[in-house]
Amino acid sequence: MAESILSLSGVRADIDQYHILHGVDLEVPAGELTVLLGRNGAGKSTTLRTIMGLTTITGGKVRFRGEDITGQPTPRIARKGIAFVPEDMGIFSLLTVRENMVLAAVNGPLDPARLDWVFDLFPPLKKFWNRAAGNLSGGQKQMLAIARAIIEPRELLLVDEPTKGLAPAIINDLAGAFEQLKQQQVTVLLVEQNFNFSRRLGQSAAVMNDGGVVWSGQMTELADNDDLQHELLGLGLGEHQ
Amino acid sequence: MLNRILSGDYPRSRALSVLLVVIGVCLALGPFLFPGVRAFSMLGMICVFIIVVASYDLMLGYTHIVSFAHTMFFGIGAYGVAISTDAFGSGFGAVFIGIGGAVFASVLLSLLLGLLSLRVKAIFFALVTLAVAFAFLSLVTQLYNLTGGEDGLAVRGPRELGPAFRPFDSKVPGFSVIDFVVGVFTQGSIGQAFQDAMFEVRVNGRHLMYYITFVTSVLVFLFLLRMVNSPFGRVLQAIRENEFRAQALGYRTVFYRTAAVIVSAVLATVAGVLFALINRYVNPENTLNFELMVFILLMCVIGGMGTLYGAVVGTAVFLLAQNYLQDFLGLLVQNAEPGSLFAELAGPDRWLLWFGLLFVLSVYFFPSGIVGQLRLWAARRRERKVEQASSAPVES
Amino acid sequence: MSAHDEMIGQATPPQGVLARFAAFRENKPHIFLLLLMMAVALLMMDPRTWVLLTISGLAMGAMVFLMASGMTLTFGLMNVLNLAHGAFISLGAFAGASVLVWLSSQASEPSLLINLAAILPALGFALVVAGLLGLVFERLVIKPVYGDHLKQILVTVGGSIIIMELIHVVWGPNEIPVPRPEALTGAFLLPESLPVIGGVALEKYRLIAVVLGLAIYGLMTWIIERTRVGILIRAGVESREMVEVQGYRIRLLFLGVFVAGSALAGMGGAMWAMYREIITAHMGDELMISVIVVIILGGLGSIKGCFYGAVLVGLINLYVGYLEPRLAAVATVGLMVGVLMWRPQGLIPVIKV
Repeated sequence: MAESILSLSGVRADIDQYHILHGVDLEVPAGELTVLLGRNGAGKSTTLRTIMGLTTITGGKVRFRGEDITGQPTPRIARKGIAFVPEDMGIFSLLTVRENMVLAAVNGPLDPARLDWVFDLFPPLKKFWNRAAGNLSGGQKQMLAIARAIIEPRELLLVDEPTKGLAPAIINDLAGAFEQLKQQQVTVLLVEQNFNFSRRLGQSAAVMNDGGVVWSGQMTELADNDDLQHELLGLGLGEHQ
Repeated sequence: MLNRILSGDYPRSRALSVLLVVIGVCLALGPFLFPGVRAFSMLGMICVFIIVVASYDLMLGYTHIVSFAHTMFFGIGAYGVAISTDAFGSGFGAVFIGIGGAVFASVLLSLLLGLLSLRVKAIFFALVTLAVAFAFLSLVTQLYNLTGGEDGLAVRGPRELGPAFRPFDSKVPGFSVIDFVVGVFTQGSIGQAFQDAMFEVRVNGRHLMYYITFVTSVLVFLFLLRMVNSPFGRVLQAIRENEFRAQALGYRTVFYRTAAVIVSAVLATVAGVLFALINRYVNPENTLNFELMVFILLMCVIGGMGTLYGAVVGTAVFLLAQNYLQDFLGLLVQNAEPGSLFAELAGPDRWLLWFGLLFVLSVYFFPSGIVGQLRLWAARRRERKVEQASSAPVES
Repeated sequence: MSAHDEMIGQATPPQGVLARFAAFRENKPHIFLLLLMMAVALLMMDPRTWVLLTISGLAMGAMVFLMASGMTLTFGLMNVLNLAHGAFISLGAFAGASVLVWLSSQASEPSLLINLAAILPALGFALVVAGLLGLVFERLVIKPVYGDHLKQILVTVGGSIIIMELIHVVWGPNEIPVPRPEALTGAFLLPESLPVIGGVALEKYRLIAVVLGLAIYGLMTWIIERTRVGILIRAGVESREMVEVQGYRIRLLFLGVFVAGSALAGMGGAMWAMYREIITAHMGDELMISVIVVIILGGLGSIKGCFYGAVLVGLINLYVGYLEPRLAAVATVGLMVGVLMWRPQGLIPVIKV
C-alpha cells in the first residue's frame, strides 16, 4: 500500500448538538482510489465534510501530506489541493456552466488544454457552455460538479455519492472519467453506495458504521468475500446494484 | 397561594425578588413616597409601559416574533380615546366607546399582520411591520382634522379622573424617603430629617387614575404570567425553539403565532388608553414615533427577554435612566467649557448616545438582560451549594 | 445524443394574445407593474404634470436605488440585516454637505466644470466616509453576531442610535441647509414646439440624478454579470459554503460588499442632500422605509429587482404625492403589501428567503 496522503486519527465531529463521528481512523493512500462504504447514516458524508472543514471537529486530527489541517477554515484547506464534490453536487444553478467553471479555476483563467481534456471526458459541458447550470439534467450536473473539481490539478478529490439517481449509461461515463483520473495519479476518496461502481474503480476500501471505521483494506479483499460484505454492509453481493 | 398568583413562575433569584418588591412598593405607594409632579408623572409612565413591554416580551421573548408595529397598537389605543372624547364629550361613555373602537381596530390589524406572516418569512415580517407602522404614523400625522396632525390632541377625560375631582377633603400624609435619607446626611438629626421629609398629598382624580393604571398593570402582568406558563405558552416556546418541530408534533403554529400577536396588540392598545387618560395629551411623537419603538425594544432586552419580570425591571431602569441620566450628565458638564468635545459628548442631550452604547454592550456581554443575569448568578450559587453539601464529610 | 441528454425545461412559446400577455406578466412582472403604474397615472392627470412627476419620480428612484442596493446585496449575500443602514445614509449626507459648504466658492460658480470641482469631492468624501464607517462597523459590530438575526436587529438598531448621536456631536443637533451647486439649479425648458408637453420645465438636478442612477445601475450590472467578483457574489448568494469549498475566502468578499454597500448608501445620502437642500440626522430613518419597501419589493439579493423597485417607489411617491398627498406613505407601503401578496419573494427573487 502506498504512503498516506490523508490520515484521520480519532476524529470526532458534531452537527449542532448531535455527535456524528465517534473517533474515525482512516488512511488514504496516495495515487489510489479509496472507496468509503457503509450503511446510511454511518457518517460517510460527514467524514468528507469534516475533512473539508465544514463541520465542527471536537477531537482527533486530520493530516494532509503530513501537515495538520485540523480545524482550519475551508478555503485554506481547499487551496492546499483538496477538491470536494458534495452529495447534492453543489453547483451554482443560477450561473452558467461557463461561470461555474470560471469560478472553479481559482488560480486564474481557464487553462485551454485542461479544458479540452474536461470536454473530452464530459462532452455535454461543451454543448451547454452558456446555459444556466440549473437547466441541466441530473447526469450533466454531476459531470459539471466533477469537472469543477478537476479543472485545476488537485492532489485529493473527495467525492460523495456521484452515481446517486443516475441512469446506468451515465454511470458508465462517470466510471470512465474516474479511470482517467486514476491514470493521472490523482488520489480519490469516494463515498459510494453502489457496490459495483466501487468494486470496478476502488483499489483500497474502508467501511464505516456508527460514526467510526470498522474495517479497512484492499478492495479485492472485500469484493471476494461475500461473508465479509454481509457482515459489514448487511447485504450480499447479489443484492447490490 | 403565591404559587397560584405567580402561576409557578417565581423570580428564582433573591436579588431579583428584592428588586421586584422594591419596585412594587414604590409603585404601590408612589404618590405618597415621592413628592412632585415629575416623579408622579414618571410613576404613571412606568406602570403604563410595564404593560407595553410585557406584552412585547410575549411576542419577542416567548415566540421570537420581531415586530416594529407595537407602537402602532399603542397609538391606536391612545388616539382612540383621544378622538372619542374629542367627539363625544368627556364622560365615561365616550371613554368606553374609544376603548371599544380601538380594541376592535387592533384586533383587525393584528389579525391581518398575523396572516401576512403566513405569506412571508420571519425576517421579512419584521421589516414589513416597520413599514406598516410608518405608514400608520404618516396617516395619523396627515389626517389633521381627525387627529390634530403633528400638534396632537388634548385628552379631556372624565372629571372624576382629573385634577379637579376630590374623593375626600382631608389631606393624606406622605413621606419622602429620598428627602429623609438626604436629610439625615445633611442635617445630622434624624428627628429633624423625619419632620422635613413629611409632605401632604391632596388626593384628587389624578391619583384615582394612577391607581387604576397601577392595578391594571399588575393584573395584566399576572395574566401574562399565567398565559406563558399555560399549555398555550408552552407551545409558543416550542415554536420559539424549533417551529418545524412544533408543526411536526401536530400544532398549527400559524394559529398560535397569530394568537400571540393579537393578545400582544390588544394589551398594547389597553396601555395606550391608559396613557391617554393619564398623560392627557397625545401626539404622534409620544405614541407612534420610531424612537419610542426602539425604547420599547431596549426596555425589553435590557430587562431580559422571555422572562416577563424583565419587562418590569427593564421599564423601571430605563425610564429612571432616561429621566435622571440627563440630570447626571448635566452635572458632569457643569464646569466644562461649552463647545468643547467633552461638553459635546457628555452633555445631557447626548444621554441616548451612552444609553445606546450600554445597550449594544449588554447585547454582547449580557444577552440575557438584567433578570436573566441575576437568575444565572443565583443558579450558579445554588449549584455550588449543592456541590459543597454533597462533598461534605458524613457525620459518623 | 440520447433523449436523456436533452435539456429539460424547454417550453413552447405561448400562443394567442391573452396567453402572451399572461406570460409577459409572469416573466417580467417588474416591467408589467411599471407600465401599469405609469399608464394608470397618465389616466389620472394631464400629460404635462405626468411628465414632470415621472421625471421627479425617476430621480428619486435613482437616489433610493443607490441607497438600497447596498442593503439588498448585504442581506442577499451575507444574510445580514443591517438596520443601521439609514445611519450611513445620514452620515453620507452630512459628509457631502460639509464638503459643499467648505467648497462653496466653487459650488456657487455658474460653470458646471467648476461645480464638478465641488460636487465630485463631496460625493467622493461621502463615499469614503460611509465606506470607512462600514468597514469599522462590520468588523466591530456585525461580525460577532453573524447568523443570529435577532441579535443583528438589536445591535444594528443600537449602532444606528449611536451613529446618529455622533452626527449630533460633530454637526450639532439642528438641521443643516445644503447649497445646491449653481450649475445644477434651474431647469431645462422643453421646446414649445413639442406637442402636448411643449414648454415643460425639467429640473436639471433631477435629470442628472436619473442619468447618474442609470450609469451606476449599468456599472453594477456589468460588475455582477461580467466580472469574476460578480460571479463570486452571485454564487455566494446561492451557497456561501460551496464558494468556500472552491477555495475563496468569502468573509473577505462579505466585507467588501458591506463596505461598498455602505459607501453607496453614503453617496445616495449626499445626492439626496443636494436634492432636498436640507438635512437632519434622522433623514436616514425616513429614507430607510423607502429602502425597506424597495428591497422587499424588488427581491433580496437582486440588483435588477432593486432598481425596478426603486423606480416603482419613486414613481408612486410622486404620483400619489400629487393626487392625494396625505396618502403618499400609505400608498408606498400598500404597494409593498400588494406585491408581497402577489409575489411573496419579491418581483425578481434571487434567493429563497
